[in-house]
Amino acid sequence: MDPRLVTAIVVVVGVPAVLIGYIVLTEQVLRLFPERLKPKVRPWLWLAPALTFLLVWLIYPTIGTAIRSFQNSAGTKFVGFDNFVYVFTNPAMQGALKNNAIWLVLLTALAVGLGLLIAVLVDRVRYEPVAKSFIFLPLAISMVAASVIWQFMFAYRPPGEPQIGTLNAIAGAFGAGPVPWLTVSELSFNTILLVVVMAWMWTGFCMVIISAALKGINPELIEAARVDGANEWQVFRGIIFPLLLPTLAVVSTTIIITALKAFDIVYVMTNGNFDTEVIANRMYKEMFVNGSFGRASAIAIVLLLAIVPVMAMNIRRFRAQEAIR
Amino acid sequence: MSVSQRPTGTIRRVGTLLAVAGLVFAACSSASTPSPSAAPATAAPSPSSAAASAAPATPAASATASAVTESLAGQTVTVIGTWGGSEADAFKQMVAPWEQQTGAKVAYTGTRDLNTVLTTGVASGVLPDLAGLPGPGQMQQWADSLVDLGTVLDVPTYTSETAAPLVDLGTVNGKLVGVFIKTAVKGLIWYDPKTLTDLATTPPTTWDALQQYITANKSKAKAPWCLGVESGAASGWPGTDWIEDIVLRQSGPDVYNQWWQGKIKWTDPQIKQAWQTFGEVVASSYGGADTVNTTNFANAGDPLFKSPPGCLFLHQASFITGLGAFKTLKAGTDYNFFQFPDINAQYTGAVEGAGDLFGMFHDTPAARSLMAYLVTAPAQDIWVKIGGALSANKNATDYPDDIAKRSAAILTNAKIFVFDASDLMPTAMNDAFWKGIVDYIKDPTQLDSILANLDTVQTQAYAPQ
Repeated sequence: MDPRLVTAIVVVVGVPAVLIGYIVLTEQVLRLFPERLKPKVRPWLWLAPALTFLLVWLIYPTIGTAIRSFQNSAGTKFVGFDNFVYVFTNPAMQGALKNNAIWLVLLTALAVGLGLLIAVLVDRVRYEPVAKSFIFLPLAISMVAASVIWQFMFAYRPPGEPQIGTLNAIAGAFGAGPVPWLTVSELSFNTILLVVVMAWMWTGFCMVIISAALKGINPELIEAARVDGANEWQVFRGIIFPLLLPTLAVVSTTIIITALKAFDIVYVMTNGNFDTEVIANRMYKEMFVNGSFGRASAIAIVLLLAIVPVMAMNIRRFRAQEAIR
Repeated sequence: MSVSQRPTGTIRRVGTLLAVAGLVFAACSSASTPSPSAAPATAAPSPSSAAASAAPATPAASATASAVTESLAGQTVTVIGTWGGSEADAFKQMVAPWEQQTGAKVAYTGTRDLNTVLTTGVASGVLPDLAGLPGPGQMQQWADSLVDLGTVLDVPTYTSETAAPLVDLGTVNGKLVGVFIKTAVKGLIWYDPKTLTDLATTPPTTWDALQQYITANKSKAKAPWCLGVESGAASGWPGTDWIEDIVLRQSGPDVYNQWWQGKIKWTDPQIKQAWQTFGEVVASSYGGADTVNTTNFANAGDPLFKSPPGCLFLHQASFITGLGAFKTLKAGTDYNFFQFPDINAQYTGAVEGAGDLFGMFHDTPAARSLMAYLVTAPAQDIWVKIGGALSANKNATDYPDDIAKRSAAILTNAKIFVFDASDLMPTAMNDAFWKGIVDYIKDPTQLDSILANLDTVQTQAYAPQ
């Protein structure tokens, strides 16, 4: 039997089976405990596998990385903050930090902004499910696949030859010459184009969540406003937008984290050339190309510290929402 | 049964049954999943599956293919390399006779990210049996993890069959750890004989003569040179070949060797001069800097054969005959080459070569047998015959056409032979070199800052880590 078929069966049948089996097993174990302790022990037993995975594959590597970031790449001696100094002074890293700032601001603005716009507009239309499906579709593919697709969009051939890239073909239709889009680093133009690729994928995600929140708004509020004579823009600004703010905050933090982690698109499309370097790509290069584990760990820790405030805000928002319920 | 009594007994029994079934499934699947997947993510490394299989085999001490008679039926050798597409097919054809003779299987995985896979592999211990190595420089760093091939191959036979420099490049501290599966000659200038009809008889032998020829024949094509440096994560490497060829013929093998060893700075006037000469080539390339930076190296030579021709010449290694437009054309009639001309008469006859280096990480009977087979002339002849490859073995002479024969002759008769410098540099230096080329093509006015940056990387890359 094709080994992949075996794997598929194992996954589809085995995973639920193991899950149910484990819960039944824990019930058996709980029988050994006195009645009043059962509710206290049960959650810990059920969480045990997840906590173990987290401990082994998240906590332990994080601590290990933190320790590594203070060592040289062979892991034989401690070098203090040398690696962190490198992270902030190396020209390639500085370029990467600048680019990540652009990613952060632009991706959030584009994805959340467009998601909000589309969610609000599509709310009124009969073909809403179809439209939402189309916008959501790009999220289903991998970022590498998206990069390959967009490489064809940006493809460049010398002037005089037939242009296979969509953008250059359109430029040709208007009589303009072909442009090597991904190599234009003036005003970070190529970085902006890469952000557009990511936004193309993630707008669907924002739209879906905002749309769900939109439908949760009490229609009586909007009715009342309309009866009072408010026009569409006033309804949006005064009622819809403020009520959506918690959702927008949560979605924004998710997109900010995605922007800081951006790797696949940069790696496949330009590999960081032409001033498009990002932090995650530098970390990959330091780790696997240069073998400098110490520096790569330092970059990882810097990234982690950059994300922590965003995560904290996300969790606080989430708790506030839970408290309202 | 009263309402308050829930059928917990049944649930318990079914649940336990499901749990056991699930665990059995999981155990069965990990045993039946074939280990050939060479990616470090697989659980079972091949030696355990080789050990579990039936036939015990005595390692073949002789290097000739005819002695591969022991049965290794059911065993698998995992191999990874950078070859994909037609090159991967060629490798599969190369190992097919061995598979038939021994009954073992070769599981080949191609990845352009060879460095990544092997770096993590060496650190974690999860490695393929045989692996293509990125270059002699990297091989040195992994020498401790590689098996001493002195116990696998018949070393005297190997040494006599192989060109001496190639044997040396595979040796670290007296231990033979790397062998060349195929080789290539770099620095060949390709042209279309139908466009440049008189070139076959009297090719230019000096750089100045070449420039004069270009001036005289400028009108025959849109631009003198074709060039394309795009190559995914390795973009820029064709430019490094240019610089290496120029440095070799301009300043000689001693400067060349000191340069890749990190003893000469990138800002040295000789090296800077080489970059500037390369800059002249870029300025006279088909399509200009934008095309050079966005065209893949395999298709860079296609404009040679267009009508009207896009360019007169393409500088590329001997393996281009298996790629792009070259693949479908006829050697000799549709394309031809001459050697890179001399720049300094003192260093005439200098040749830069490169090759695919192979090493062994796991000492298993099947892996030993395969390695011993791969260095033999009959094995190497298979790829040579397909085209686009030269052999490190002097006895492999089954070249498909005159072009390949001439390329091989250049390699064996080289007066001054050097290996590709960027492959010998530490990977961090190599990576910065590639990037430097891309940046230089984009903006030649930045040369000084690019070279200064390379100097910085040089001090860090060559320092003992």
